[in-house]
Amino acid sequence: MKLRQLAHSRTGDKGNTSNISVIAHDPADYERLLREVTPERVKQHFADVVKGTVVRYELPRLGAFNFVMTLALGGGVTRSLALDAHGKSLSSALLDLELPDS
Amino acid sequence: MRCIRLGAGAGYAGDRIEPAAELARDGDIQYLIFECLAERTIALAQQARRRDPQSGFDPLLEARMRAVLPTCAAKGIRIITNMGAANPLGAARKTAAIAHELGLADLKIAAVQGDDVLDTVLAGDYRFEESGTPVAELAGRVISANAYMGAGGMRDALAQGAQVVITGRVADPALFIAPLLHEFGWSLDNCERLGQATVVGHLLECAGQVTGGYFADPGLKDVPQLARLGFPIGEVSEDGSVIITKVASAGGKVTPATCKEQLIYEIHDPKRYLQPDVVADFSEVTVESVGDDRVRVTGGRGHPPTGLLKVSVGYVDSYVGEGQISYGGPGAVARARLALEIVRERLASTGVKTSELRLDLIGIDSLYGPTISRRAAEPYEVRLRVAGRCDSMAEAVRIGNEVETLYTNGPAGGGGATKSAREIIAVQSVLLPSHLAQGSVVMLGATS
Repeated sequence: MKLRQLAHSRTGDKGNTSNISVIAHDPADYERLLREVTPERVKQHFADVVKGTVVRYELPRLGAFNFVMTLALGGGVTRSLALDAHGKSLSSALLDLELPDS
Repeated sequence: MRCIRLGAGAGYAGDRIEPAAELARDGDIQYLIFECLAERTIALAQQARRRDPQSGFDPLLEARMRAVLPTCAAKGIRIITNMGAANPLGAARKTAAIAHELGLADLKIAAVQGDDVLDTVLAGDYRFEESGTPVAELAGRVISANAYMGAGGMRDALAQGAQVVITGRVADPALFIAPLLHEFGWSLDNCERLGQATVVGHLLECAGQVTGGYFADPGLKDVPQLARLGFPIGEVSEDGSVIITKVASAGGKVTPATCKEQLIYEIHDPKRYLQPDVVADFSEVTVESVGDDRVRVTGGRGHPPTGLLKVSVGYVDSYVGEGQISYGGPGAVARARLALEIVRERLASTGVKTSELRLDLIGIDSLYGPTISRRAAEPYEVRLRVAGRCDSMAEAVRIGNEVETLYTNGPAGGGGATKSAREIIAVQSVLLPSHLAQGSVVMLGATS
């Protein structure tokens, strides 16, 4: 199954750093997301995009995570050559992450 | 418990205007707050001001003020905005002239200044946060330096009776914190309240992004009537708790999910969201539905500020040239890839020097790079995009030209070529000791 079935997401930007939220539709899935959606997997998923680190912050009271990815926006929003300089579309690709079915 | 209703009238410079007018008319609000400054906006505004000293503020200021001033004046709704950009005083004078013309002669308008720290930054020894490079290395290319100011200056303007408060660069949540300080008499030492006030400001500052805008994903996350999306109202109680809501008849929706997406938007460590007035802690925040389109958000906390202000430094970085052309039908991707190779070879053989070059196929790899899309089915149409960074405009122009000449020199069936070249004003941050940037208030009447 896809992450999209369990969670929703929004991307933000500051300088050359992108942050992506992953928010469980049902807070009961929080532990499962904690296990499956690791910073290492996110870094691997965005191998072509993220040149720096991926740090995961946990927000259990919201059933959510915040992934902060450095060197991820082509040198920064204001000078990036990318079509989507803000990286706004990154959240949609993260939701395509494949998860084990159970 | 006493309650103040704050309305968010804009979430970015180009935002829709009707929802702000709707909030003024039907929102039962006491404050209407417009957040209109992106990272680079002030640098561009500073350039505009150098060409024309009367300009340098938000080009939509006049349209927004005309849309809401009469209603706000009649109902006693106070307006707070960062539309002053690089020229808050100019924006205040313009607003005073509009108010005078509308017959609102006794309207008190304040300009809050102090964010422009260009001279201080150029005189000091500052390095960019991300790259570590000294600002001095950019020599004559620096255009602007503006500190993210706190809520103090705006609060003072409100205390002096301003009905319209216009500022330049401030931390976005501070636009919303200022009226809470003023109304509830909270002190700038009250970290607990400032932390929760930051939650309030953060939820409201992007306007429609908390009422269902930027949220819809048909079938999974449906949102009604996005073409007439309502902007949010924050109903803030004296204990700091807030209910996020909207005008009942407006489009969109307010749910725990829309509030969570906005709460985490553009923060890094949720325990340490750095603001000029406080280090906010969002880690214990909870959201709870308390009615139709009513979500209660509590639990924001805070610690004393770092004593450093983030400063955005704008500078002339480079020149970027770009060209695009589309290919379709069977074999489209192979023809587009051939075209990319032709452009790459042409740029090299004709001596166009680029410090960075991107060759993308929109529809395949322009957003995420090649790895993610490698298993995807081949699209029926694809758009080639070449973008390159150069040291001069003359060279940047040649990039788009080399894409355009694919019409008669490249693979079969290319169509819809476009090209552009632009000067890049980039922004990087430095940190400045807070005492080096002091806010000040200038009061104007509508007739001045």
